[in-house]
Amino acid sequence: MKKSPYISVKNLTKIFQMKGGLFSASRPLRAVNSVSFDIPVGETFGLVGESGAGKSTIAKMVMGALQANEGKIRVSDVHVDTFEQSELLRLRRLLQPVFQDPYSSLDPSMRISSIIDEPLRVQRLCKSAAERKEKVAEVLGEVGLSADSARLFPSEMSGGQRQRVAIARSLVINPQCLVLDEPVSALDVSVQAQILNLLKDIQVKNALTYLLISHDFAVVSFICTQIGVLYLGEFMEVGSRNDIIRNAHHPYTKALISTADPAAERRLGIKAADIKGEIPSPMSPPGGCPFHPRCPVAVERCKSEKPLWREVEKGHLVACHLA
Amino acid sequence: MPENKLPSRSRGLAKKVQIVMAVSLLGVIILTALLAPFIVAYGPTDMSLSDSLKPPSWAHPFGTDSLGRDILSRTIYGARISLFVAFCAVFIAGTTGGILGIIAGYFGGFWDSVLMRFADVQFSLPAVILALFLVGSLGPSLTNLILVLSLANWARFSRVMRSEALSLRTRDYVLLSRLSGASHLRIMAQHIAPNAMGTFIVLVTLDVGIVIILEATLSFLGLGVQPPDPSWGTLIADGREYLSTAWWIAIFPGIVLMLTVLAGNTTGDFVRDKLSPTLSTRW
Amino acid sequence: MSEELLKIENLTTYLASRAGVVTAVDNVSFSLKRNQTLALVGESGSGKSMTCLSIENLLPQNGKVADGRVLFKGEDLLKKSPSEMEKIRGREIGMILQDPMTSLNPLFTIGNQVGEVFRYHQNLRGEALRKTVIEVLEKAQIPAAAERLNSYPHEFSGGMRQRVAIAINVACGPDLLIADEPTTALDVTVQLQILRVLRELQQSSGMSMILVTHDLNLVERFADDVAIMYAGRIVEQGGVKDVFARPMHVYTQSLLAAIPRLDEKVDRLRTVPGHPPSLINPPEGCRFAERCALADDKCRTDYPDWVMDSKQGHQAACWKVGEAIN
Repeated sequence: MKKSPYISVKNLTKIFQMKGGLFSASRPLRAVNSVSFDIPVGETFGLVGESGAGKSTIAKMVMGALQANEGKIRVSDVHVDTFEQSELLRLRRLLQPVFQDPYSSLDPSMRISSIIDEPLRVQRLCKSAAERKEKVAEVLGEVGLSADSARLFPSEMSGGQRQRVAIARSLVINPQCLVLDEPVSALDVSVQAQILNLLKDIQVKNALTYLLISHDFAVVSFICTQIGVLYLGEFMEVGSRNDIIRNAHHPYTKALISTADPAAERRLGIKAADIKGEIPSPMSPPGGCPFHPRCPVAVERCKSEKPLWREVEKGHLVACHLA
Repeated sequence: MPENKLPSRSRGLAKKVQIVMAVSLLGVIILTALLAPFIVAYGPTDMSLSDSLKPPSWAHPFGTDSLGRDILSRTIYGARISLFVAFCAVFIAGTTGGILGIIAGYFGGFWDSVLMRFADVQFSLPAVILALFLVGSLGPSLTNLILVLSLANWARFSRVMRSEALSLRTRDYVLLSRLSGASHLRIMAQHIAPNAMGTFIVLVTLDVGIVIILEATLSFLGLGVQPPDPSWGTLIADGREYLSTAWWIAIFPGIVLMLTVLAGNTTGDFVRDKLSPTLSTRW
Repeated sequence: MSEELLKIENLTTYLASRAGVVTAVDNVSFSLKRNQTLALVGESGSGKSMTCLSIENLLPQNGKVADGRVLFKGEDLLKKSPSEMEKIRGREIGMILQDPMTSLNPLFTIGNQVGEVFRYHQNLRGEALRKTVIEVLEKAQIPAAAERLNSYPHEFSGGMRQRVAIAINVACGPDLLIADEPTTALDVTVQLQILRVLRELQQSSGMSMILVTHDLNLVERFADDVAIMYAGRIVEQGGVKDVFARPMHVYTQSLLAAIPRLDEKVDRLRTVPGHPPSLINPPEGCRFAERCALADDKCRTDYPDWVMDSKQGHQAACWKVGEAIN
């Protein structure tokens, strides 16, 4: 009987110690600041944000590649935050990642068949080479590649095909959830659409839960059921996909939406181009609301007082004084 | 609409000729060394005092030395020994140094520092001093010679393979392998080593030349191959005192040594270019 | 009626590779008026970047322009000598590249690099040079320009560096600016700022711009005309509003459909299966035929003629325009 996969993240924090120079001490960089969210079975949670938001850091912690400083991460019944070998080993069976760059995700010296069946070998999941071969062919078919592509090398494949191989590899051990870090950002627009359709199909077929990281609101709106908007390591707004798209409250969310959909500008009242300046360095985050220096509607209060998390409708939370 | 023609190949021709010459020369030398017993006219140690110090002639194309031994035969047998010693030493130094380098680069930290300190020691210690010490304490022999040459040479491989491992370990596919449960050993063997192989091969081909010269140096100084066995180094040593009177004793083996190393280096460059993915044709 | 600044006629560029000769740009023609922005849209391998490099005669070692004319202010740039082109580049034609991290030299200050343009093209020195540099940096909307003259590129963020690159390129008031994916490597909220800077500079100086991009949202906001490239050829071109409202070519339609729209929740994105053909021995007929649902034998053997739309200047190379629209 399958246990229901269910990802739960509470007060997750990650602080990097940046090395100082000859004359200065090392300084802390708070990449992720007390982030919490839950992902029910079979759903897709989208972490949206720009550079420095902390989304990849969160993804790495959830997949057990990076240890958190504080907070709890539970994937099904595995306590990932403990970073104990036994827990991490169990995690490997349940959760698999897919990364952004199809060119560095595949070992150029190995054939596709070896790349895909490596997890099977490592976890000793098949009884024979024939069984492995069959599984490889099966999973290649699932991602829309022919069985003969198994004998190719990555250099003989296009970016889109390589990303399919990466997805196939993540599926071969029958995980229950996937963490996808910008899975289509490095691909051409028409290929993106193909891969996004594929990801949706696989999710339905295998009853998978997804944690998706992206900077592209269009991608997130297509495939996610829930969205969390990150800025400088903190959530600005979290809610269901429909709530966020149709009823965004936070100015940053509105700006991101309007960059993906110019037609939405009039409805939202905030233009993406209204956002001033650039993302500040995470080493010296602004006081009060982290977004205030760039916010087109900021008031005095925003500079000094950090907004509290408020529920504006069921399941839809915003951190903004003006929401 | 102009024809879809490829650019002219004339510029590449000179380079091609060079490579073909180098590889064939190397092949000839190696083949000659292998077939030595069957092709030489005289044994390497056959003496004939009546024929001593004869200049090059039809009977003795490279001349004879002070004991009437045929220089050509000795040079060919010298190739056997010199090449055998060089290949062994490069193999030992390469695999040991390479493996240590990969381990150090992959894990980093404490073991990396330890290895690098040992490598520094090797770099700062001249091969000759090392040879003097070893030969002095253990006695001269072929095995000790190979040992010395390996000890004097491994750090080069370690350093290069370490930097390869350092850059390869950050690749996504390595992380993905870890995240599917692969052990460090598996990753080093399956992912790091194969992708560093190109660099390794180039290093090996270029190193052979270095080791041949090193061996010749040691033999020249009496610390390597012992007389009467011929090695290019000992042959050159034999001919040292006769340079003005019987120049052929030292010069011919010297030329053969130089050509071998040159051919080896050119082949090494060619291998490196072939394995480098960035080269493209030019108009 | 603004005059024509740039006219490309039948431009064809080859790239030599180990596998054979790639026809990177195939018979490309378009024109650009003063004070106008043309967007060159296409995916990787479509030839958009190569087209720009061909215009500036900055092709890589293995590239060569095989045919065609590049008429800039009436003169064919392809016939100019390297030294003549050097005078034109920077002064009359500017180029901004994608990666702001590598387009600036890390060893020289910002002031130095921007000043280089003026030193070379206008022979300015001393105080006059300094004043002009500050002026240009301010036009590119770099705050506190005077204080930042002595800063190095690594002290600037990506968006700032791109602004400096823009400043360098518009310094001498060029007639044409070629921007090759100028914002792709930048954060989303910064992208629009940069394009705004470009738009304002353009309007104040009457400069024309070729904007190379794959992002149709940017095209919609900032370009006047658009040319859609596929496998080295232009398949559709015309005014942005016309092309977006009534795309005639199936490929254009698929590009527009591939972007998920936020307002509607769809189950699947409309996609076209397959991928672009190899350009080493390009197919005789329409390059898109093997992926096109409407293609027939004629499409595969005869390269389509241009079909004009009722709107001025809007045309597509397709035998099936009528069916495609419906």
